[in-house]
Amino acid sequence: MSVENFVELSATAIAASVRAGEISPADVIRASFARAKDIGAGADELNIILYADEKASIEEAEEMQARVNSAADLGILAGVPVAIKDNIASLGLPTTCASRILKGYVSPFEATVVSKLRANGAMIVAKTNMDEFAMGSSTENSAYGPTRNPLDVRCVAGGSSGGSAAAVAAGITPIALGSETGGSVRQPAAFCGVVGLKPTYGRVSRYGLVAFASSLDQVGVVGRSVDDAALGLEAIAGFDKMDSTSSDAKVPIYRLAALGKPAPVAENPDTEAMRIGRSPVPLPPPPSPTTLAGVVIGKPIEYFPDTLDQSTRELCERALDRFRSMGATIRDVSLPRSPLAIPVYYILAPAEASSNLARFDGVRYGLRVDPGKGLKAMYEATRSEGFGPEVTRRILLGTYVLSAGYYDAYYRKAQAVRTLISEDFRSVFASGVHAIFTPTTPTPAFPIGAISDPYEMYLNDIFTVTANLAGVPAISVPIGRVRHLPVGGQIITAHFDEYTMFRVAYALEAGLGREAHQ
Amino acid sequence: MSRERYEMVVGLEVHVQLKTRTKAFCGCSADFGAPPNVNTCPVCLALPGALPVLNGHAVELATRAALGLGCKIDPVSIFARKNYFYPDLPKGYQISQFDQPLATGGSVVIGKDGQGNDIRVRITRLHMEEDAGKSIHDRYPGVTAIDLNRSGVPLIEIVSEPDIRTASDAGAYLRTLKQILQYLDVSDVSMEEGSLRVDANISVRPPGQNKLGTKTEVKNMNSFSGVEKALESEFARQCALIDAGGKVEQQTLLWDGARETVRPSRSKEGSHDYRYFPEPDLLPLTLDHKWIHETRAHLPELPDARKKRLVEEHGISTTEVEQLTAAPALADYFEAVARASRDGKAAYNWVMGEVMVAVRSSDKDFDNFKVRPADLAQLLNLVRDGTISHTAAKRVFARMVETGHQAAQVAADEGLLQVGDESAIATWVDEVLAEHPEEAKRYLSGEKKLQGVLVGFVMKKSKGRADPKRVNQLLSGRGG
Repeated sequence: MSVENFVELSATAIAASVRAGEISPADVIRASFARAKDIGAGADELNIILYADEKASIEEAEEMQARVNSAADLGILAGVPVAIKDNIASLGLPTTCASRILKGYVSPFEATVVSKLRANGAMIVAKTNMDEFAMGSSTENSAYGPTRNPLDVRCVAGGSSGGSAAAVAAGITPIALGSETGGSVRQPAAFCGVVGLKPTYGRVSRYGLVAFASSLDQVGVVGRSVDDAALGLEAIAGFDKMDSTSSDAKVPIYRLAALGKPAPVAENPDTEAMRIGRSPVPLPPPPSPTTLAGVVIGKPIEYFPDTLDQSTRELCERALDRFRSMGATIRDVSLPRSPLAIPVYYILAPAEASSNLARFDGVRYGLRVDPGKGLKAMYEATRSEGFGPEVTRRILLGTYVLSAGYYDAYYRKAQAVRTLISEDFRSVFASGVHAIFTPTTPTPAFPIGAISDPYEMYLNDIFTVTANLAGVPAISVPIGRVRHLPVGGQIITAHFDEYTMFRVAYALEAGLGREAHQ
Repeated sequence: MSRERYEMVVGLEVHVQLKTRTKAFCGCSADFGAPPNVNTCPVCLALPGALPVLNGHAVELATRAALGLGCKIDPVSIFARKNYFYPDLPKGYQISQFDQPLATGGSVVIGKDGQGNDIRVRITRLHMEEDAGKSIHDRYPGVTAIDLNRSGVPLIEIVSEPDIRTASDAGAYLRTLKQILQYLDVSDVSMEEGSLRVDANISVRPPGQNKLGTKTEVKNMNSFSGVEKALESEFARQCALIDAGGKVEQQTLLWDGARETVRPSRSKEGSHDYRYFPEPDLLPLTLDHKWIHETRAHLPELPDARKKRLVEEHGISTTEVEQLTAAPALADYFEAVARASRDGKAAYNWVMGEVMVAVRSSDKDFDNFKVRPADLAQLLNLVRDGTISHTAAKRVFARMVETGHQAAQVAADEGLLQVGDESAIATWVDEVLAEHPEEAKRYLSGEKKLQGVLVGFVMKKSKGRADPKRVNQLLSGRGG
């Protein structure tokens, strides 16, 4: 194996080759940076990458070479270059949330997910563009300009993790980390024709993820394939004592889901045996044809409205047909409170954001604009200049809904409806449904500048935001194209059942084959 | 005087810093007195991406405090964010508890009224929260310095009902509260070091009226007597204002201890909307019933119970026990001496006398005091069995304070063991009579009242070693 065909190499293949000494980590890094240059990932072209340091990355790769030579345990992502969304704290490269208010800010500590990636042998090569503070669905809200979709440079890459999805789609890295609050990994993954997932709330540590809406935020993974996404999640999942909301539930070997069998139970000794073999052995490809015998897939009527884009509907039906042909049962289900999700989300997320973003006050770090007229004037000038219009809008909205006299009418009521939305999912999964299938977005990627009305933009998240409100895991997998623009299908499973989510995703990917990108 | 036509109505909010090694939500040291901003980390500096993790010891201490004050612990309480902008509040919000606090109810008995009934101040609630940093306005000209060492230090806030009717009752409440918290060993409760802070809500009304008047909040008192003075001052101000046909305006006032007057606070605290909402970074605090039960069962003995027991066990008076139990360390010391010596009275006299003088003058506390209770008890025993005289015992004690050696050892080293030997005492008596011929003559001719003077001379000559009983007997024999 060589790095000549770098853009086609999966994370699994790179890790296996680095371990075997067939390719050097430094060659991988050089190939990644070369690809970024060739495709034009910089600010004046696709604007995918905000920060990267080729020299430092190559030095890091050369240090890894010493570990390869000494036959040390390199981890499941040995030598794999990974791009990180700019709201995840990293040492070395700035962490600015694509905001003016954090321009030049370098975190003195690293997010737990980044440390875990490094511990698994991955190399952080870039910080990717995003909507400012992850508020947006197109990466047009970046203070550093929009990211362009590598598949059509006139179109948005989606958002808020647009840079991470585009980096993978452009072949710069096989895996990237994004973050989700209402669909910010799945939607850009769908727009860019790659796989994107949001784990169960609590599955992955949030320590070092700059908070937008703490009760919804979760680090997510973008991968070129389901397999790479599964490998990425396996590397970052698990309890973290630095995050009280992280779960200590066991992390299965997600890639075993490729074998098309039901999720292992924790007590199963076979699982432990597999665990020992976790690191070095690349798994066999999923058996073909993959079977979904005994699997019940729910098709929620609320996610296939009459107004749904016709081509998107047809691609979803094709995907459902593949499920059937692999032995799955498709069942119509209802998640009746889903239509309330957008209003609920746009009360709760801004409420939490208005508080989370209070720390950007010009006192300790980041931008300070001081007109010399006292404290209040400094706060106002700093925050007015530091935050863009969408962030300002959400801070104002959130401050309003938490105000005395409005709290009960907005925040408290929204929390109550959130519980009902969560109940909808629980009851569907309790009724024997293993996974829910929906379109990821109502439409494919739209042209840059096409949507100027904030509410119309918010509706991009209409199919994704419910999983964040309910806390359940969800993944977007490419299911075809409308003309040249990708369309994603979404698979949602019950809390902490990422294994089944991957099983169905592996099957769909295998079942569609090349059609997923046609 | 208009003040007699009004009744003072006061409720107190007391913030108490818990005695934990580390802060409430991070691993930084909670120690007082480090150089500025040394005890900080991404969490208490509110760097982007940092998250709070609750300190279990803070929960334990807060629970102990609540149980000791007779509060009911809610097995599920919720942390909430109190949002406001201030440079010494790094996150832009304080993690506190709002509509589901750790504990509610409870009360403190602060004394007896004229009819001998308990005066009781009810406690509304007790909740956990974190402290802010410190703004230092007067150190550098033209700028404010921020020290975030205190940012995130765990506090409890104890809110009383408006049950207090006089300034001296407010003082009594605070002193009682402080004593209880000391006994519970949850805080240093020092107003000087800021580990106990008091805000007072005060209003006035005609006696007999149920409806509360408009209240003001008085802050910035730095001693209990300062609280009493501030309440008197604000009471007089409100009474005078109403008498003059004015209305009390709801506002926050700052006590100026030097001028002994209140002045309006520049910040309009009353108009703040803190936009409380549940802290999403922390799970609800869930306490196991069994754990609460065990914490209650293992509470240290509280002041009232201890007073009762000390009176019963050691035969001291109710007045004496008040002095002895003022601070738990003093009571502990007394009790250890009384137990080991089996003489409560002597233990009381020594502890409240020589020991207190020595501890105070050495500027030490009981922990660092060199005379251990067992050694003092030994000294008392030596006096009781006549091995040394009371006079010699004081000299022995002084040496023990310096050296920390045992009583018997010191007495032997200093040659202070009492001499009961007839011939030695007879020699000293003879010598004294010879050296004081005038007194000797008068005594021997029947002037009995001089016996005391002569005994004194003998004691002095013997350096306190002569057994005074024997000396008296001998002198009586001579004067015979």
